[in-house]
Amino acid sequence: MHRTTWIAAGLAIVVAAGAGAAESATGHAPGSTSTLETLLYVFLLGSFIGLGVITRVSRLLHTPLMSITNAISAIAVVGSLIITGTKHPLYINILGAIALFASMTNIVSGFLITDRMLKMFKTKEPGK
Amino acid sequence: MNSAIFTSVAYLVGTALFILSLHWMNTPKTARRGVFAGVGGMTLAIVGTMFTPGIENWLFIAVAIALGFAVGVPLSMVPLTAVPQRTALSHAFGGIAAGLVGTAKYYLWLNEAPAELTAFRMTAIIAEILLGYLTFTGSLMAAGKLQEVKWIPQRPVTYPGQNLTNLALFAVAIVCGVILIVNPTGYPFLFPVVIGLSLLFGILLIIPIGGADMPTVIALLNSYAGLSAVAMGFVLDNKLLVVAGALDGSSGLILSIIMCKAMNRSFANVLFGAFGQVQKKVEGGEQRTVKSETAEGAAMVMEQASKVVIIPGYGMAVAQAQHRVRELFDILTKRGVDVKFAIHPVAGRMPGHMNVLLAEADIPYDRLVEMGDINPELPQTDVVLVIGANDVVNPAARHDKSSPIYGMPIIDADKARMCLAIKRSMNPGFAGIENELYFAGSTYMLFGDAKAVVGEVVKALSGGSGMH
Repeated sequence: MHRTTWIAAGLAIVVAAGAGAAESATGHAPGSTSTLETLLYVFLLGSFIGLGVITRVSRLLHTPLMSITNAISAIAVVGSLIITGTKHPLYINILGAIALFASMTNIVSGFLITDRMLKMFKTKEPGK
Repeated sequence: MNSAIFTSVAYLVGTALFILSLHWMNTPKTARRGVFAGVGGMTLAIVGTMFTPGIENWLFIAVAIALGFAVGVPLSMVPLTAVPQRTALSHAFGGIAAGLVGTAKYYLWLNEAPAELTAFRMTAIIAEILLGYLTFTGSLMAAGKLQEVKWIPQRPVTYPGQNLTNLALFAVAIVCGVILIVNPTGYPFLFPVVIGLSLLFGILLIIPIGGADMPTVIALLNSYAGLSAVAMGFVLDNKLLVVAGALDGSSGLILSIIMCKAMNRSFANVLFGAFGQVQKKVEGGEQRTVKSETAEGAAMVMEQASKVVIIPGYGMAVAQAQHRVRELFDILTKRGVDVKFAIHPVAGRMPGHMNVLLAEADIPYDRLVEMGDINPELPQTDVVLVIGANDVVNPAARHDKSSPIYGMPIIDADKARMCLAIKRSMNPGFAGIENELYFAGSTYMLFGDAKAVVGEVVKALSGGSGMH
């Protein structure tokens, strides 16, 4: 746990420093510094919560864990929906629609297969 | 205004549900609740997004969602032995989604509002497309290897200067990316170059990796898919995406660290080490012999044991032997034998693979014991039965410094009073390493297909009781 925490914290700090440097070097985008900062804090806290929660997941369930995180990382559906649904040139909408299709596939198959696997974990022999 | 508030609240509650969803995965008792929380969070995210002002191409949305269901439902019904391929395939889908959204965003801003392409956003877009596209092709390659598609080589493919070529390619992609960050509008032709290079890099990264390393690689690709979602969150200024992506990224990271530890190897070694090439057979001169046993003999030994530990490996999955193994478990348990399963973290082709296969065969999960907990019990175990496991029980890992698996934690099958090993032939396993266990004094081989052999043992146990 300690090692993984340090790795994650280190990564987050490197990313933050890199993005911050890029931002100040160009001096673009008035007002977006606070957005960047907020997002970095969210990323940092999200990673810590993730590391804390995931290390407690039973080793029995590592395969279902992968399939459920697959489904959750298909949260890319949010970006895909916005790109597909907003009035843009057609090729942009088509890129979005392919992304939306890919994300929906992951959501549907990810949650369904996780549930299918979890139903199999029983403590006792089923009644015969 | 109201719809904006609704969207914010939906995203906030969705974030909480995702965290709870993973929290409930900590024990099999609450895990299904975790799925419901996840579905709830995702539904809120989707509905919340649909209430965003400006969403109007409902036909496109409906078609894409319908197609997603049409493909997703069959993908969720694959046999459990094919779960590693399915997982790799879904990483590919996650990667392509992130890559395409990043691409769309870049061209949109480039043509309509170049001022929006700040250095910060460009950094995020470049990270998103690099991770997205390399995850896409890398995962497709991994899925192909796992599915044993004909034209994708199973064995690691290596050539001189491989790592150097890969690194150089990646460096070129990074340089192009940095140029785009500094000057997003000056050289737009570099954008497709970055896409092409990351697609190529994904393929080259997976080509030298062998089957035994797949658990680590799948976990690592899981992490990349999550991080590409984080990058998308930075591009779109969306906190829900950042949190959900971070959860997925840390999950993949932890799983790959567990896998690496279980093989006593580093990330760098997994990615660049090209493990699993066929070893040149050392001709030591001495011809070592193995002892073999019949199914009837094995049945008799196990019947008289008070404690039996079964060590399953990928070979059990390949032979589809798990249901026969369940029958063996039932019949031995009924006769008062204490039967447990010893699970090595890297047994199978993805993290936790053996647990799922055995759970599907209706084996109670409290009988599935981790390596660290079972090893102290093995010296008091009468019989261990190795089914399709190889490197994870090779004692060379403990003492033979020249062995490629030296230092890898193993299940101490050789410490049990007797070891029965089911194996098709004496060919070395996936990692191409000869297994000392088979030559040990207490080991007896049962040659044959795992499913057939276990079936014969079960038959001998049920038919022949009282005959000997």
